[in-house]
Amino acid sequence: MNAPSSRGVVWLGSPAFPDAAREALKDTRLRANLKRATSTIRDKRLAVASELDDWEALRDAAAAIKKCTARHLDHYLVELEASVTAAGGTVHWACDAAEANRIVTELVRATGESEVVKIKSMATQEIGLNEHLAEAGITAYETDLAELIVQLGDDRPSHILVPAIHRNRTEVRDLFAAEMGHWGQPAPEGLTDEPADLAEAARRHLREKFLTAKVAVSGANFAVADTGTVVVVESEGNGRMCLTLPDTLITVMGIEKVVPTWSDLEVFLQLLPRSSTGERMNPYTSTWTGTTEGDGPSAFHLVLLDNGRTDTLADTVGRQVLGCIRCSACLNVCPVFERTGGHAYGSVYPGPIGAVLTPQLIGVENAATLPFASTLCGACYDACPVKINIPEVLAHLRAEAVEAKNGHTAEALAMRAAGKVLDSPRLLAAAQKAASLGGRALARRGTIGRLPGPMHGWSDTRDTPAPPAESFRTWWRKNRENKEGEQS
Amino acid sequence: MRIALFITCFNDTMFPGTGRAVVSVLERLGHTVEFPQEQTCCGQMHFNTGYRPDAVPLVARFARTFAGYDAVVTPSASCAGMARENHPLLAADYGHAQLQQQVADVVPRVHEFTEFLTDVLGVTDVGASFPHRVSYHPTCHSLRGLRLGDRPLELLRAVKGIDLVDLPDADSCCGFGGTFAVKNADTSAAMLADKADGVLSTRAEVLCAADNSCLMHIGGGLSRRGSSVRAMHLAEILAATEGGTP
Amino acid sequence: MSSRDAVLGRIRTALADVPSGEAPEDVPVPRAYLRSHLEPGQDPVALFAERVADYRATVTRTDRARLAAAVAAALTRRGARRLALPAGFPSELLPSGSWEWHPEPLNVPALNALDGTVTLAAAGIAVTGTIVLDAGPGQGRRALSLVPDYHLCIVRAEQIAPDVPDALARLDPTRPLTFISGPSATSDIELDRVEGVHGPRTLDVIIVGPTRLEHP
Repeated sequence: MNAPSSRGVVWLGSPAFPDAAREALKDTRLRANLKRATSTIRDKRLAVASELDDWEALRDAAAAIKKCTARHLDHYLVELEASVTAAGGTVHWACDAAEANRIVTELVRATGESEVVKIKSMATQEIGLNEHLAEAGITAYETDLAELIVQLGDDRPSHILVPAIHRNRTEVRDLFAAEMGHWGQPAPEGLTDEPADLAEAARRHLREKFLTAKVAVSGANFAVADTGTVVVVESEGNGRMCLTLPDTLITVMGIEKVVPTWSDLEVFLQLLPRSSTGERMNPYTSTWTGTTEGDGPSAFHLVLLDNGRTDTLADTVGRQVLGCIRCSACLNVCPVFERTGGHAYGSVYPGPIGAVLTPQLIGVENAATLPFASTLCGACYDACPVKINIPEVLAHLRAEAVEAKNGHTAEALAMRAAGKVLDSPRLLAAAQKAASLGGRALARRGTIGRLPGPMHGWSDTRDTPAPPAESFRTWWRKNRENKEGEQS
Repeated sequence: MRIALFITCFNDTMFPGTGRAVVSVLERLGHTVEFPQEQTCCGQMHFNTGYRPDAVPLVARFARTFAGYDAVVTPSASCAGMARENHPLLAADYGHAQLQQQVADVVPRVHEFTEFLTDVLGVTDVGASFPHRVSYHPTCHSLRGLRLGDRPLELLRAVKGIDLVDLPDADSCCGFGGTFAVKNADTSAAMLADKADGVLSTRAEVLCAADNSCLMHIGGGLSRRGSSVRAMHLAEILAATEGGTP
Repeated sequence: MSSRDAVLGRIRTALADVPSGEAPEDVPVPRAYLRSHLEPGQDPVALFAERVADYRATVTRTDRARLAAAVAAALTRRGARRLALPAGFPSELLPSGSWEWHPEPLNVPALNALDGTVTLAAAGIAVTGTIVLDAGPGQGRRALSLVPDYHLCIVRAEQIAPDVPDALARLDPTRPLTFISGPSATSDIELDRVEGVHGPRTLDVIIVGPTRLEHP
């Protein structure tokens, strides 16, 4: 078992979710940015998903393919390794983040290069590859527009698909104007905050990097076991640049990204774009199988990353989370994410999927507040294209978080006491009487206002009605029991 | 048909009027309602907060108490959902074969109140009259848990004199989430603020839902803002007649 | 122990609940989804044209006889004069005129200096408005349709598959494939889609024959 610290995933020193959320909620600009962005994408997703009247059948198929893959993951990985190798690629296995970083660093060093261009990838984000490469004297240039915004701002990603969702166009403009010059081609004079102009600035800034890069690092959306084909789904063309122009391509993928067959992609290529960017198809999808003479990189390395995934696989309820295709639909529909943003989750995986993935990758005791960062409203489950029952896993991880604390908390004692009362109609009736008396004593004109102590969080923003003079069961006994007696 | 009312511990303690309303509607429709006194709680709070073993005796009590009834009717979508989805799971993980059997027997006969009216009794017009402007909030457990769909709205539309208005962003969560409202009070309050804004924009006199827990949260937020909008369980609207509320 | 053995060993331990006799094909995968979302009687070519245009690519329909003229019209409209010419591109499709044709091999700086590229395609997908290139004859290596800022793609009507499943079945996964749905775009700023980042910012698609011409 690896120590969680060797796994990355979370940002060290991040506060617990409720505290981080409290701070984030004070940022009214952030909330406005998030509300605008998530409501835009929600409508688009619903429109394109509803075009397909077999959407549910596609989800069922996707969930079953992912389930089958997980249950036979060893089989499919060995098959993938063989087919990638046969096609001219080299496969590496990494138990954890540290090992994956070491492998990639050595591969880059072997090329003699000190710069790499990168395609947005959650796996390399998870293992902290850029930071690790920097320590080794290698500069990694993020080429996805949102990742570029994050990198230029020395910021953290806050969304799986759109890491800079917390920034609005004006903030991006200011950042480009101030920072691009430090990294290469500066932003043009008089840059406006029109997204098209900002995209143009990014194009000019990165063009030279693409044309001269010798090494690229990518993630993978899918890897097909039977053919050895790797798939990257993108929009801007930065992915195509990285996958096509350099001599060496290093792809880091979580072991759960394997799918059994080429034809299985027919399911995922319909679900993923519609769920993530709300398009019928994303602008560019690249697939490659090993290396091709005269087209693209002459060296291809595939790094298969565990980093807590086998621990996740061992949990028969939590296992389903490995089906995630990183579309981020769950983030976009989540009412909690919409208010707090992604940084509050303290992990490269924010939102509902992050709340079930992060604790499993690094151990629930190391992310104990994340499973509670949800109202269990179920919007994420409805939106998930591979039908991950996120509320089910959240509730399951809550039980694990409680168990990890061994019952030695005030909450556990209170819950146990409540359990005793609730398992006895007599004790419940007594408690109701006490609550009625106590609550009515606290109440003014029938409502209870602000309270000190553990209930302040509730009572700071809500009045509570005073409990009634008589409970339902008391009313029933007085008004119905005798009637029933007469009838029988 | 032997109908048992599962009032839920929360309604029993805080909102007995909802229970009286359910009884009133069902009796008006010609049914006899029983209230098994041994009932307490479905165990939802323990389950959702991670205290599964503490919920197991409550699951056993529920199965025991409601064995033998043709229908167990509850005015709470979330408690109905808890029984339906999670009682079998808890029985399987922690219980013996006998408990699993008892749970399997009772669970299919558990009905949320509006679902019972429309699906089991086949009624949409319960003879109610409520001449007020009303908005309906579909709680998450009604909408995505039990998939009640338009059932509550069909019942409300049949109420005489009602002025039913759409709630903007109706399907977004109000931020209650049980212990979420305490553990993540700030986020809960932010969600509540948006929901309350939506309610106020409707100019409704009454906000109704199929769960008093969410209603206490939204109503509490409205009350703190000095609003006169009343939060009422849907059953209480269905119980109202031209003679007034029971 | 190698990391390979370690990871595979952990996987096998993690899957202790899976019966040892269970084979991958024993796990049922329901495939009740449709092979195609085309309505009965719907013309895949017309739908393809409509869906490509939805991405703000320009679509022209023509027939074999008028193809070279359609190419010339597109290039003139875009002001694209210096063009990459993929190996195997049929010379009879090249319009006569003052265009400079730069045949493969072309290195990256040379490509970067050109106005655009004209290619054939390997397949089209009607429902999603996608063209697929497989680096076959007339398409060139992947960089050709990437580095220059303008891409004119010629698709034959019979290459258009109704939907994603049929398209994948027609394609050869051992070849490097590029699925193109409209010009380069991004939604990274406020989740608002804008066209034109690193890939070609202008995409024109010409559909060749056989029926329903725009101006018959």
